[in-house]
Amino acid sequence: MAQSLAPHSTQVAHQFDSAEQQRDAATLGMWIFLATEIMFFGGLFTTYSVYRALHPLAFAEVSRHLNITLGTINTAVLIGSSFTMALAVYGAQHSRRKMLVLCLVLTMLLGSLFLGIKFYEYYQKFVEHFVPGSSFQFQAPYTREAEMFFSLYFLMTGLHALHMIVGLGLLMTLTILAWRGRFSASYYNPVELSGLYWHFVDLIWIFLYPLLYLIGHHLH
Amino acid sequence: MEAVITPVAPRVHYLNVNYGWRSWLFTIDHKRIALLYLVSITLFFFLGGLFAVLIRIKLLTPGTALVTPETYNKLFTMHGIIMVFFFLIPSIPAVLGNFLIPLMIGARDVAFPRLNLASWYLFNLAGLIILYAVVNGGVDTGWTFYPPYSSNFANTNVAAAVLAIFVAGFSSILTGLNFVVTIHSMRAPGLTWFRLPLFVWSMYATSIIFILGTPVLAITLLLVGAERLLHIGVFDPAYGGDPVLFQHLFWFYSHPAVYIMVLPSMGIISEIVPTFSRKQIYGYKFIAFSSVAIAVLGFLVWGHHLFVSGQSVYAGMVFSFLSYAVAIPSAVKVFNWTATLHKSSLSFDAPMLYAFGFIGLFTIGGLTGLFVAALGVNVHVHDTYFVIAHFHYIMVGGAVMGYLGGIHYWWPKISGRRYPEGWARLAALIVFVGFNLTFFPQFLLGYMGMPRRYYAYPPEFQTLNVMSTAGASILGIGYVLPLIYLIWSMRYGPVAESNPWPSTGLEWQTTSPPPTNNFEKTPVVTNEPYDFPELARQRATIALEQSEQSA
Repeated sequence: MAQSLAPHSTQVAHQFDSAEQQRDAATLGMWIFLATEIMFFGGLFTTYSVYRALHPLAFAEVSRHLNITLGTINTAVLIGSSFTMALAVYGAQHSRRKMLVLCLVLTMLLGSLFLGIKFYEYYQKFVEHFVPGSSFQFQAPYTREAEMFFSLYFLMTGLHALHMIVGLGLLMTLTILAWRGRFSASYYNPVELSGLYWHFVDLIWIFLYPLLYLIGHHLH
Repeated sequence: MEAVITPVAPRVHYLNVNYGWRSWLFTIDHKRIALLYLVSITLFFFLGGLFAVLIRIKLLTPGTALVTPETYNKLFTMHGIIMVFFFLIPSIPAVLGNFLIPLMIGARDVAFPRLNLASWYLFNLAGLIILYAVVNGGVDTGWTFYPPYSSNFANTNVAAAVLAIFVAGFSSILTGLNFVVTIHSMRAPGLTWFRLPLFVWSMYATSIIFILGTPVLAITLLLVGAERLLHIGVFDPAYGGDPVLFQHLFWFYSHPAVYIMVLPSMGIISEIVPTFSRKQIYGYKFIAFSSVAIAVLGFLVWGHHLFVSGQSVYAGMVFSFLSYAVAIPSAVKVFNWTATLHKSSLSFDAPMLYAFGFIGLFTIGGLTGLFVAALGVNVHVHDTYFVIAHFHYIMVGGAVMGYLGGIHYWWPKISGRRYPEGWARLAALIVFVGFNLTFFPQFLLGYMGMPRRYYAYPPEFQTLNVMSTAGASILGIGYVLPLIYLIWSMRYGPVAESNPWPSTGLEWQTTSPPPTNNFEKTPVVTNEPYDFPELARQRATIALEQSEQSA
């Protein structure tokens, strides 16, 4: 990934000696931030793993009440958005402004579609009385564990959705800058780093989907 | 014979380059941000200290005194929360780390200066939230927030407290991220990893812990908040949850957190000891690698806080073994500092007095940690004053003394002035005496069975408790003295030269105080670290030039 040093297209901040140093620092910074995000979600994944190990049959049974169709569609949507994001980075790398803007917009549309489907799922769960709290209902014998499962479901997918919303904000900012011609083959690092963040959020979902939606389907 | 160099204050430096509250509150200069942190952290230190004073006054009397038992619970909780999250964890990294790391590596600033300022603002936002919690009636769960009390039964400001710590956690994470990127990307030409000052190595290791550990605390506290506010039962047995899972998640961060508190302090000792021994540090690579080893091993021992919580005996054995293992790199440091002293030329300036205090008191704290890490002994001393004494020996006898030593050592660089040496040595001695009088009796109390966090105690323990309170009063004086004379010195202290001690290291190659961009020209490093003979030669040359100029 060679970047030509065109001194006039990159503003080098005062603390850095060169555009290359600035770029390397920003990239390392984003990777470290993603490491913190792994640890952050990790606490929830650990909690999920412990309780699933303690109540395997309950979790499998409750998982069947999630809408696997919507979950699968969402997985395809998000993977698709990672594809369009990668195309956006490609566009930036090759100074193809229109391609960059188009692909960023597509990524945002797919991301918004994901969120729309997700919130529709949440609404469905609300109607079915699967939201933990005083109105929670689930048939015996797994009422207790079901409430735990759905607590984890809402916490994990909710935290993920929050990260997606932040990601959409990031992409919106990027789109505006791209439209104004900020990025080109000599300066596209912000697009690449935002791509890293977006792929990371996608990766979290790729773990969430089987852990929440696909438990025990083979046991049918 | 030391070369004598006349101190000359620089005309323009980072403190006087511009004035006004906007130039401070919107600064991106890491040195100014460090001072902003110094103010916040000092305020929290004295607030946490105030709670400690109230605790110790209450404990003069075995029975009812001063406050109700419910209020007493709030006192030790707020003391813990403020001292751990708002003083010990940020102190050295945010103040000395921020000030020194760019200087020590020959850079103009950290990698992300605006993120650095954002860290300070987040810290203060967290501080406002915790002050709200204090004023609104406090928290009484203990700084460890164990459910089910914290999630289901406490009637105090738990949600506000966990939110405050959550926000403070982000402040820490961003600081750690900034430091790692800075140290990787911005070292001056010639500054290879094994030429870095050991303070930088210790800050790097600390930053790894910030980055990997703090997010786990964040999510754990989020879950407690969610239990409280949304009534979801992640740790609640009524929903198939397990309160011990909280303990695992909490201590997964909070054990490495204690290494966040002590590693930077050890880094300071590694800077002070060679300077005041006028000698190359012994075992540089051992000390550097031991910092990394402590950071790594520190993540593997959290279960030693759960020996009596229903954890399996086999898990207990593994955690106990690993806890012994993590003591080894710490001991390596103590041996190397001691070896540095051998056949050296010692001076006993205040920073060195704090360093000696650190070495002795940290050794006691660390060794008593091994007592507590032994499974059988743990059953006897868990939740007693023995544990309290153990961690205060490390946190106060170790980390705080290192912090004070570092503040004094780098004070000339930070302020351009020298502090009054006589008062500083007196204060260091008062701190040492006061500290031991406060906390040594607590080892005895704990071993004899006095539980921690208890409002009342058997009357036969009163004598030792009174001794402890007496010690705390002396310790308090020892802490107030530097506050007074350091502030005094900013105006009336003698002007300091660039390299007053003198010492090696890039921070001493620029003026005291430094200019905003730290160095006139980016330095090029060719020396090995702690090369005191070379330093003496350079200073002799400068002194000669100065005397020729004035002749």
